[in-house]
Amino acid sequence: MTTLLDVRGVTKRFRGLTAVDNVSLTVTEGEIFAVIGPNGAGKTTLFNMIAGAMNPDAGSVTFAGTRADGVPPHELCRRGLARTFQIVRPFPELTVIENATIGAMMRAPDMEAARTKAGEVLRQLDLWDRREAKAKSLTLPDRKRLECARALATGPRLLLLDEVMAGLRPTEVDRIVAILREINRSGVTILLIEHVMRATMALAGRIHVLHHGATIAEGTPEEVTRHPKVLESYLGAEAL
Amino acid sequence: MNPFATLARLVDEAPRRALLLLAALVAVLLVAPVALDRYLLSVFFLIFWFATVGQAWNIMMGFCGQLSLGHALYVGLGGYVGALLWVKFGISPAIAIVPAMLVAMAFGAVIGWLGFRFGIEGVYFALLTIAFAEVARIGFDNWSFVGGAAGFFIPVSAAASPVNLRGGPMLFYYVALAMMIIAFILCAALRRSRLGHAWLAVREDAEAARALGIDVFRAKMAAVVISAAMTAVAGVVYGFYQNNLFPSQTFDIARSIEMILAPIIGGLGTLFGPILGAFILTPLGQILIALVEKIAGRAIPGVNLVFYGAALMVIIWFTPNGVWPWLKKKLGIPEGRE
Repeated sequence: MTTLLDVRGVTKRFRGLTAVDNVSLTVTEGEIFAVIGPNGAGKTTLFNMIAGAMNPDAGSVTFAGTRADGVPPHELCRRGLARTFQIVRPFPELTVIENATIGAMMRAPDMEAARTKAGEVLRQLDLWDRREAKAKSLTLPDRKRLECARALATGPRLLLLDEVMAGLRPTEVDRIVAILREINRSGVTILLIEHVMRATMALAGRIHVLHHGATIAEGTPEEVTRHPKVLESYLGAEAL
Repeated sequence: MNPFATLARLVDEAPRRALLLLAALVAVLLVAPVALDRYLLSVFFLIFWFATVGQAWNIMMGFCGQLSLGHALYVGLGGYVGALLWVKFGISPAIAIVPAMLVAMAFGAVIGWLGFRFGIEGVYFALLTIAFAEVARIGFDNWSFVGGAAGFFIPVSAAASPVNLRGGPMLFYYVALAMMIIAFILCAALRRSRLGHAWLAVREDAEAARALGIDVFRAKMAAVVISAAMTAVAGVVYGFYQNNLFPSQTFDIARSIEMILAPIIGGLGTLFGPILGAFILTPLGQILIALVEKIAGRAIPGVNLVFYGAALMVIIWFTPNGVWPWLKKKLGIPEGRE
């Protein structure tokens, strides 16, 4: 088992507020790793530092053996790290296939190959039938899957998913869980940041729990749900 | 990118009917001069010319989403480089288009670098482009080597040969027609290329484009530089067509505005938009100028711009995305295609 992503003691402050406080985690090649935590726990900030959208104030991020903090997002993407956005950002005026083709351009030798790759990814994410529709006309579940498709089309080693299941109905969540499992089986490591507990428990091999920017627990879903601190701060009275 | 393979693909992808129609249109334009007088030839020249620069501007705004309101700068630079090299050094404009493009590209690169490196976006970037055109206007106004404010003139008699762009309206009709067709094919190829897709991604959402591995800075720079080069070629032709260049006209912001109307009215980011827009706007503007001259007894400068403003409002009111997307729907061409 080789380490694909190594986050060491990253900290991010916004003026007085410490959004992420000395967080360390390691994602090994081939696993599905989840970061969970209540609203405002610092999940998205942590995510942005890993994805190159923000620089940490302290600590380091290492991806596939090389330093990744401070590296611009397009360069990280080239190295094999692809992300989605919590608030989806499709290219609204372009068609679904064009959206995916733009992702696929990165590793494709020519546009023909990019289109072929885009088609494969769209089939994988159940979007093939919608390929000629403009992205702006898609429903939210479709947009969420397009967001994944586009990231996946870049041919990543690590897929960073920022709350792809938030706002979806349970049946839609089940659908995307099945798709993500399939993607993982094909050899893509997944790091997901989630809010939807049920799906996360079903999907992730290991879970890292954040609260107020700091780590409070890490382990398998069973270990995490039994952890007293997690019960107290995250699951709260509902779980107790 | 093999140009012939690309051309073959473009032809292959287009619907048969549309292709026949297009071929018929080109054929008509090719033989049309036999039936046109000098005046009409010059109107067609202007249509083709505005379609060409509209196409060039459309690369920046329509494809890449970067608003330039100073495209007259590249016209002027092209015009002056071409005219200078011909008059002072006897270098044919056929050759001079290369240095003309290079000079315009260099200026475009400076503007792009200043804007994109330091995060000057949207309206502020547009202001930067205006500033450069204005500085060029003042600079050329005071540069005596190129005639200053009194203008720079290209002698009509000198070695009359089509290669040197010395000839009548017929010559310029065909030169501009060729320019328009080449610009169209080039833009169609670019639109389908990797770079073209990168531009569209940047236009739609730069942050998302970056996350998909697109170097946004490079994509924007490429758009400015290619657009500047294309505009400069049109600038060379314009200088020789006019036989004179006045800084106050050449670099005027009114010229920059006039250049962007055709693609806006025709349809931003489309391939037929700039051409359609020029075919609608230029003749209407010419008719209006002629009418005003008849009624008022003299030409009133700028009257066509007032009219363009009104036309712009009317057309945007009825078809907010431009005439071509509307026409496309009427013709039953599917959304994803040109």
